[in-house]
Amino acid sequence: MKTSEVSAETATVRQFGGEIRIAGVTLVADCGGALYWPEEGILVVADLHLEKGSSFAKRGVFLPPYDTAATLARLGQLIARYAPRCVIALGDNFHDGGGADRLQGGDRDNIRALQRGHDWVWITGNHDPEPAEGIGGFFPAALAIGALTFRHEPTAKAWNGEIAGHLHPVARVTQRGRTVSRRCFATNGKQAVMPAFGAYTGGLNIRHPAFVEVFGGIAFTAHMLGDGRLYAFTAKRCMSD
Amino acid sequence: MLPRKADELLKRIEAQPLLPEPFEKWFAARGWTPRAHQLELLAKAEAGRSALLIAPTGAGKTLAGFLPTLVELSKERAAAKKGAKKLVSTGRGIRRDGGLHTLYISPLKALAVDIARNLETPVTEMGLPIRLETRTGDTPVSKRQRQRRDPPDILLTTPEQLALLLASADSPFLFGSLKRVVLDELHSLVTSKRGDLLSLGMARLFRLAPQLTTVGLSATVAEPEDLCRFLVPQPVEGQAQADLVIAAGGAKPDVSMLDTKEHLPWAGHGARHALDEIYDLLKRHKTTLLFVNTRSQAERLFQDLWRINDDTLAIALHHGSLDVAQRRKVEDAMTAGKLRAVVCTSSLDLGVDWGDVDLVINVGAPKGSSRLLQRIGRANHRLDEPSKAVLIPANRFEVLECHAALGAVADNAQDTPPARTGALDVLAQHVLGCAVGEPFHSDELFEEIRTTSPYAVLTRKDFDDVVDFVATGGYALKAYERFAKIRIGQDGRWRITHPRIAQRYRMNVGTIVEADMLKVRLVRSRGGKTAIPRGGRVLGQLEEYFIETLAVGDTFVFAGEVLRYETLVEDEVYVSRATDEDPKVPSYEGGKFPLSTYLAARVRDLVADPKAWHALPEQVREWLEIQQWRSLLPKAGDLLVETFPRGSKHYLVCYPFEGRLAHQTLGMLLTRRLERARLRPLGFVANEYALAVWSLGDVGQAIDTGKLSLAELFDQDMLGDDLEAWLAESALMKRTFRTCAIIAGLIERRFPGEEKSRRQVTISTDLVYDVLRKHQPDHLLLRAARADAATGLLDIRRLGTMLARIKGRIIHKPLDRVSPLAVPVMLEIGREPVSGEASESLLAEAADELVKEAMG
Repeated sequence: MKTSEVSAETATVRQFGGEIRIAGVTLVADCGGALYWPEEGILVVADLHLEKGSSFAKRGVFLPPYDTAATLARLGQLIARYAPRCVIALGDNFHDGGGADRLQGGDRDNIRALQRGHDWVWITGNHDPEPAEGIGGFFPAALAIGALTFRHEPTAKAWNGEIAGHLHPVARVTQRGRTVSRRCFATNGKQAVMPAFGAYTGGLNIRHPAFVEVFGGIAFTAHMLGDGRLYAFTAKRCMSD
Repeated sequence: MLPRKADELLKRIEAQPLLPEPFEKWFAARGWTPRAHQLELLAKAEAGRSALLIAPTGAGKTLAGFLPTLVELSKERAAAKKGAKKLVSTGRGIRRDGGLHTLYISPLKALAVDIARNLETPVTEMGLPIRLETRTGDTPVSKRQRQRRDPPDILLTTPEQLALLLASADSPFLFGSLKRVVLDELHSLVTSKRGDLLSLGMARLFRLAPQLTTVGLSATVAEPEDLCRFLVPQPVEGQAQADLVIAAGGAKPDVSMLDTKEHLPWAGHGARHALDEIYDLLKRHKTTLLFVNTRSQAERLFQDLWRINDDTLAIALHHGSLDVAQRRKVEDAMTAGKLRAVVCTSSLDLGVDWGDVDLVINVGAPKGSSRLLQRIGRANHRLDEPSKAVLIPANRFEVLECHAALGAVADNAQDTPPARTGALDVLAQHVLGCAVGEPFHSDELFEEIRTTSPYAVLTRKDFDDVVDFVATGGYALKAYERFAKIRIGQDGRWRITHPRIAQRYRMNVGTIVEADMLKVRLVRSRGGKTAIPRGGRVLGQLEEYFIETLAVGDTFVFAGEVLRYETLVEDEVYVSRATDEDPKVPSYEGGKFPLSTYLAARVRDLVADPKAWHALPEQVREWLEIQQWRSLLPKAGDLLVETFPRGSKHYLVCYPFEGRLAHQTLGMLLTRRLERARLRPLGFVANEYALAVWSLGDVGQAIDTGKLSLAELFDQDMLGDDLEAWLAESALMKRTFRTCAIIAGLIERRFPGEEKSRRQVTISTDLVYDVLRKHQPDHLLLRAARADAATGLLDIRRLGTMLARIKGRIIHKPLDRVSPLAVPVMLEIGREPVSGEASESLLAEAADELVKEAMG
C-alpha cells in the first residue's frame, strides 16, 4: 500500500468516525452508523427498516412517508464516501414482509441507482424472512468473508468475528446532571452489534439483559455516534434506562 | 347624568322577573335576599340573552348561574302537571318534551361533583322535581349509557366529556332539547387548548340546539370582552358578545409583605430564612393555605415546617404529582376542618370552596397580579369580610416583585393572558370527532367552526389542510390514500372508514398531554445485592425525563420525604427512604409560571425610580443603592448589560425581567452568536429577572474595541436563522411537537398498564420531527408546534417584544468585578442545570475524563 493511500484513509477515519477491531480485522466505524472494511471494500449497514412509515399507516398511524427516502439518502452519502465493492444490509431491511411492494416509485428507482456498480447483499431478518422481489441483490441468511461472519441476529456466546444487528443498541451517559442518549456500536473485540440505520428505528439500551446474553457479561464497549467522531465508553460507565 | 342612570335602574327593576314563590320562601327561610347579580342573570335568561358573570369568590356565583335553570324547570314542571304531553310537534317532526335542559362544564372533575352536591340542597329543600347528575371519567359505563337514553335535566361534566358526548350518532337526540350551558371558571378554561376544544364543542351545540343560551362564570380578568365573545356564535362579519354582568366587589383584601427580621437571602426560592415567622403565622390562624410555585418548593417547605413543628400542627401537602387518593384525603380532611395548614401549588388555585381558610400565604414570587388575586380569594369565602394574605419573598428580587404585586392588588390590576387563536392540532382532533359523530360536509363544518371566537380567523386553507391531515396525514407525498381514516362519499360528506377509528378517537380525546409519567413506589433499600422486593406503596408520579437524569443511589425529595433512587422496573420507579437530610439532586421541574409582563414592567419601574424605594425593606434599599454606586440602575425602558471577569472566565449579565423561559431562549441564541464571534461561550444560567452567560473570550473587551456590537448581538434577527437552527435540535421544541402530535392524533397516548406492549409499537416523536422537518417543513403539525413555541416553553413572542423594546436602548457597563444586582443570578450557577452546552460537548467531556483517568 502506498503511503499516500494510507494517509488518505486515516484522514477519512478521523473525519467520519473511528476504527474498531473485530477478530483481528480493522474496520472503519462511521459515525453515520455504518461499518466499512477497507481491505475488502465492503460497506455494512444494519436494520434499515424501510417502509416502516407505511407499515404504521396500515394501522391508521400516519407517520411522515419520508422515512425510506431519508434512509436511502443517508446510505447514498456513505456509498459515495467509500465507493464500496459490495454493500451488505444486515437484515430487517424492510419493516415487514410487504414493505418492498409498498415502495414508492421514486424510492424503488433510488434503490436501483444505489445498487449500480457494486454487489448488493440483503441478509434476511426476522421482520423480512422471505426474499423480496424486484429489488435486486442476493438474499442469504448469513455471509462469511474471511475472518468475519455477517448475520442479522447476534448469536449468544462469543462467536469470533460476528457482525450483527437486530438489537438496535443505544447507550446513555450522564454528565453534569444531563443525559445524552445515542445509537452506538457495541463490541468486545470478537463480535460487534451494529446500530440500527433506519430513520424511524428506535433503540434498546445496551444495559438490557439481551446484550449480556450476547457478550456473555458486561465486558464490552459502546462506541456512541457523535458529530464527526465516536465516543467510547465501557458498558459499565453507561446507564440503564 | 344621574336621571338617566336612575331611569335605567328603574327599567331594570321593572324588567326583573319575580322569583317564583318557592324560591322566595327558600331564600327567606335562610335569611337571604337574592343578590342583584343573581336577579340580573335571571332577567338575562328571561330575555333569551347569553351572559358573562364576573364575581369574586363567595358572591354566590354558582347559584346565580343555576337560578334561571331552576326557575324555568320548576315552572315547566308545574305546567306539565296540568296535563301537557310528553311529545311535542315541532312542525317538521316530533320533539320530546323535557330532556336535557342545562349542561354545566367545569375545568375540574372534582368541582363538577362538588357543585352537584351543593345544588342538591336547594333542589331538595324546595322540593323541585329536577334530576341532576354528573358525568366524568369515573362514571360507570351502565350509568353513562342510561344518561344517553334518558338524560337528566341538568348534567354536570368536563370539556372532554362534552367532546365524547358529541362524537356519537345520538348527539342530536341528546342535545336537541338543550336550553342553557353554564361554563364555570371560564377564565381558566379559555387560556388553554382545552378552551379551544370547548369552543368547538359549543359551536356544535349551537347548531344542534339553536335556542341555546350560555352563562359564563369567571373571576375578574383583564379583557372581559374576550370571554363575552367566547360565549356566543360569531357572525361572518363583525363580532357578537354576550352581555356582561359584574357583581359588586367584596371587601378589599388585606394583603401585606412579611417584614422579616432575618437576613434576606440573595437567591433561592425556599424562604428558609422566614421559616419561624411563617410557623408563627400558622399558629395564630385557624386554617392557612400556603401557596408556592413549584412542586419541589412545596416538598421542601413541607419538610422544613415539619422539622420545626413543635406543636404538631396538622400540616398537609398537596400537589399535582401526588397520588390521587392521597390528594383526595387531604381535600377531605380540609373540608372536615381537620387541618391547620396545607402547603400547595397551583393544584389548589381552583376548586372546591373552603369557608374556613382565614389566611393565605404566598411563598416566593407572586408571578402575576391576577394569579395572586385568585389565590388571595381562596381565603375567607364570605363577601363582607376581607381576605387576608401575607406575601413572603424568598430573595431580594422577589421583594421587588412582591412590592410591585402589592401595588397591583391595590389597583385591582389584572394581567390574565390575552385571548387565544385556536390551535390547529385541537382542530384536527375535533374534525375527526365530528366524522365519528355523523358524516360532515366540509363547507358546513368550516362555517360552523368559524363561529367560535378562537377560530373566527381560521383560513379555508388551514381548514382544508386539517381535513387532509385527518384523512391521510396531510403529506405532500400522497402515499396513504388507501389507508384513509375518513373519506368523502358520493353525498359530499366525510365519514370514518372503519368503526375502529371511532374507538381509537374515544381513547385519545382531550388536550391535556402529560409528560410521560412513571409511578413512584416505595420499597425497602436493598442494601446488599439481594433482589428488591416488589409491591410497595405508590407515592405518586414523576416525569420520565426527570428520572432519566438520575443514577442509582441519587437522592431527591418527593412526597414529603428524601428518597433514594433504586431502580426502574418496567414503568415503575422503585425508591427507598434515604437517611440523608439534604438530597443530592436539587429539584425537578413542574409548575414554573413565568413572571407576567405586567408585573415585570412594574418591577422595572420600581428599580428605575429611587423615590419609590422608601417603601422597601432597608436591606433591599441598601442593595439597590450600592448597585447604583458600583454599576448603574437602568432607566425603565433600558436594558443594562454588565461585563466583568471572574476566575478564568468572562461574564455577560443582562436584566430583561422577562421571565425564565424567555431568558432561556435568549441564552441559547446569544451563545450561538458569541460562538460565531469566536468568544467561546461555555454556558449560561437564567432566572426570572436576569441572564448570565460566561465565556473564555473577553466579551467586555470585544465590546469596548468594537469587535462585538451589542446592538447586533441583541438584534431581532436572532429570531430568524439562529432560532430556526436551534429549534432543529431543541429538546423543548421536540417536547412541544410531541404534544401537538398526540393532540392531533398522529400518535396515540400511552396508558398506564399497557406500557410494555405499547412501547414496542410506539415510535419516538423526535425521529418523526427530524424527518418531517427535513422533508415537509410547512407540515400542519410543525406549524402547530411553532405556534405553541411562541408562547409556551420557549416564550419566543415575549422575547421578540423585548428585543424590539430595547432596540437602541442597550447600556453597556464594563466592570472589574461582579455587581450587587448580578449576585442573585450568579448564585444560580451550580444550583440550576447549566444550559447552552450541546450534548456533543458533554459527551466529549465525559469521554475525555475517562482518558484523563486512564492516563493518571
